[in-house]
Amino acid sequence: MDVVFLSRLQFAAATMFHFLFVPLTLGLSVMVAYMETMYARTGDETYLSMTKFWGKLFLINFAVGVVTGITLEFQFGTNWSRYSEFVGDIFGSLLAIEASTSFFLESTLLGVWIFGWKKLSRKAHAAIMWLVAFAGTLSSIWILMANGWMQHPVGYVIRNGRAELESFLAVITNKFGVLEFLHTVSGAYVLSAFFVMGISAWHLLKKQHIDFFTRSFKIALVFGLASSLFVAAIGDTHGVHVAQVQPAKLAAMESHWETTTRAPLHLIAIPDEKNERNLIEIGSIPGILSFLGYHDFNAEVKGLRDFPADERPPVLITFISFRVMVGLGTLFILLTIYGMFQRNRLIDSPNYLKIMLFSIPLPYIAIELGWVLAEVGRQPWIVYGLMRTSDAASPIAGSQVLVSLIGFILVYSMLGALGFYLIIVNAKKGPALAVK
Amino acid sequence: MEYNVLQSTWFFIWGLLWAVFFMTDGFDMGIGTLLPFLGKDDTDRRMMINSIGPLWDGNEVWLITAGGVTFAAFPKVYAVMFSSLYTPLLLILFALIIRGVSFEFRGKVESPVWKKFWDACIFIGSTTPAILFGVAFANIFQGLPMDQAGYHGDLFYLLNPYGILGGLLFLMLFLVHGALWLSIRVSGPLHERSMSAGGKLWFGLLGVAVVFLIASWFSTPLYNNYLSQPLLFAVPLVCVLSLVGVKFFLIKKNALKAWLASCLTIVSATFFCIIGLFPNMFPSNLDAAYSLTAHNSSASQLTLSIMLVVVVIFIPMVIGYQLWAYHMFMDKLSIHDLAEEEAY
Ligand code: HDD
Ligand code: HEM
Ligand code: HEM
Repeated sequence: MDVVFLSRLQFAAATMFHFLFVPLTLGLSVMVAYMETMYARTGDETYLSMTKFWGKLFLINFAVGVVTGITLEFQFGTNWSRYSEFVGDIFGSLLAIEASTSFFLESTLLGVWIFGWKKLSRKAHAAIMWLVAFAGTLSSIWILMANGWMQHPVGYVIRNGRAELESFLAVITNKFGVLEFLHTVSGAYVLSAFFVMGISAWHLLKKQHIDFFTRSFKIALVFGLASSLFVAAIGDTHGVHVAQVQPAKLAAMESHWETTTRAPLHLIAIPDEKNERNLIEIGSIPGILSFLGYHDFNAEVKGLRDFPADERPPVLITFISFRVMVGLGTLFILLTIYGMFQRNRLIDSPNYLKIMLFSIPLPYIAIELGWVLAEVGRQPWIVYGLMRTSDAASPIAGSQVLVSLIGFILVYSMLGALGFYLIIVNAKKGPALAVK
Repeated sequence: MEYNVLQSTWFFIWGLLWAVFFMTDGFDMGIGTLLPFLGKDDTDRRMMINSIGPLWDGNEVWLITAGGVTFAAFPKVYAVMFSSLYTPLLLILFALIIRGVSFEFRGKVESPVWKKFWDACIFIGSTTPAILFGVAFANIFQGLPMDQAGYHGDLFYLLNPYGILGGLLFLMLFLVHGALWLSIRVSGPLHERSMSAGGKLWFGLLGVAVVFLIASWFSTPLYNNYLSQPLLFAVPLVCVLSLVGVKFFLIKKNALKAWLASCLTIVSATFFCIIGLFPNMFPSNLDAAYSLTAHNSSASQLTLSIMLVVVVIFIPMVIGYQLWAYHMFMDKLSIHDLAEEEAY
């Protein structure tokens, strides 16, 4: 079996799985910290039980996020050893900085938060949660700078057969990474907001714990509206940057074959990669693609045909992921704006509540597809323009990777099933009776 | 700093990270292995799990950092070591995954079967890495069959007598360490049991350690650096003295001091090996020309310098807040603590 193919499959499975849990950690930690701060300030017991209820869901989710991160830290060495040798000087240091600045802080303080209710004052305890949230965000900065460097390498020289660091400053101010960070973290906030709103909606539909869940819903609604707007705005900026530094990805995102000015955007298209064209194009609006890529309706956009065939990413996957992500992003804005009008009569809007309940999975889909777009669209490069994915794998036996891949699938599907099962069970239980 | 001084410095920082990982997560793993033996009923077992509850995750990060630092400072070692040791490393990681979620999941459903299942996972998830870390490191001390084409061997190659001895040594170290930590944190019959388990396991540890030291003389080049620099023998001496200290404080019934002595034993044992290994990191037993060393496998001078600044600032901070957390969670657990909603 082909080591490169199996390793790609394994890496994709492992990261995508990790990323089912990470976003909720990033967003829910902020919301829980906010709730606990309100409790510390006002002494209102409802805020305390909110902290505990959402905190418990946070912890179950966090546990799976942490353990799936550990394998990732080592997978570059196990499966991508040639890549690791080539980029270790830069990429490795970002990972090491992440561990020493963020993971320690997050893990140590979360232990203190879980077990320290009686040992700390209210304010100090709330402050610990803010630090946990801060550490999570910090960790995503470092890891996304690392990913941003693979997408758009900067600050390096090729020496001794590898990419050596030349300017650390350039690496940590890489615009690609900064945009990825802003977009990913706001996407994570959208996801967490929809998670809280969806669960609240379930209880409100059952007309139980009404005060508790109305308040939770409203906090999440504001959070969700702001981040839905932000994620779309940054996504747009991100697209412009992609157009500049990864033109092949942009062309694949839009299934754009012919180099033209006033390039059109197709609402629906079915790419035919073999014949280098689209089978169908429906709803094509001229000039829009030029505008999206360059903020100019007349700009020239390079088509896929002008890239050598072995430097084009898979078009269909890239194209669909982008469409669906943007479509969902637009939907989230509409849903949260509508929510702002309903916010004072939630209990009387069962249809809206039902929609919000069934929307819980949507941001998960959007965020995973965003990554599929970013990573598949980068192909055939593992480091854009410098190293091909096919040259990056470890010189190991395919059978080893096959066995570990099966192991991953078995263990992770069990973990995922149990993790979500426990989240659902505990979410349905509702808060422990609040006012004692 | 000169490039080769920088490389050597990083070699010892690398060793230090492993040493601290074994010293901290070692007792977590030890307690996991002891769970079915010392935990007579559910309350006992919950006590055991909660004794490490607030700390295990922060301890595990020393492993992640050791991995990250290997990647950053010695990319070639990271690449060759982890792809060569593919299967054992993934087994360790799967075990740690299972252990990690067990703590969190175990108490979330009230059912004896559910809890039994997770108890078994904690046992397996703690024992497997303890042994495999020992096997892997012992093989590294011994050297691996590597030539220009890379590593030639598999999981079964690693399970040679010296490798297995290494696994046994780590397991015993962690068991004693775990029993002592548990003794600090619990009282009553469980405290008595763990003190006496620590006392008995100590003899096992002593036996394995003596055999290991002798076998290392014949199977590995670890003593060469010591023979050329006899002053270095101070390190194994500290190790032996602190191991004796463990027994001494056990007899005095001072669990805290015995545990501290055990910390020192683990750190000095790790350093005994690391110093013996220097400057090799992943030696070949076919031809020294193929060995990966601190000097032929490191990152560039600029990366090493920047990373040095980072660790010099942040690792002391980490140690600071971890000490604060340890200080907070060294007290005796009581039944009331288990009643808290947050407890595992
Ligand atoms: C809830 C999640 C979510 C939502 C609603 C959106 N995105 Fe997104 N998107 C992500 C979650 C995400 C992500 C998972 O976080 C990605 C993957 C890599 C990255 O930096 O962010 C991403 C990548 C990504 C990329 C590719 C970047 C690259 O190739 O590296 C572009 C161009 C956009 N997004 C644009 C948008 C636009 C115009 C949206 C309009 C509504 C949008 N995204 C909504
Ligand atoms: C920020 C950290 C990340 C880094 C450093 C990273 C790095 C990598 C690497 C090394 C590969 C394998 C080589 C390749 O096929 O290009 C890969 C592929 C992939 N990653 Fe990521 N990744 C990151 C985040 C993510 C996330 C969060 C997801 C999804 C949730 C993801 C999804 C994928 C997918 C789907 C592939 C397979 C693409 C393909 O091989 O066609 N990645 N990434
Ligand atoms: C492929 C690259 C990645 C690697 C090597 C990696 C590594 C890790 C590791 C080792 C942990 C456990 C830390 C602990 O014990 O506390 C972890 C957790 C975490 N990671 Fe990742 N990660 C990757 C991708 C990402 C991405 C893309 C993000 C965010 C944008 C992210 C954010 C987090 C956060 C917030 C946590 C905290 C716990 C949780 O996941 O719930 N990681 N990661």
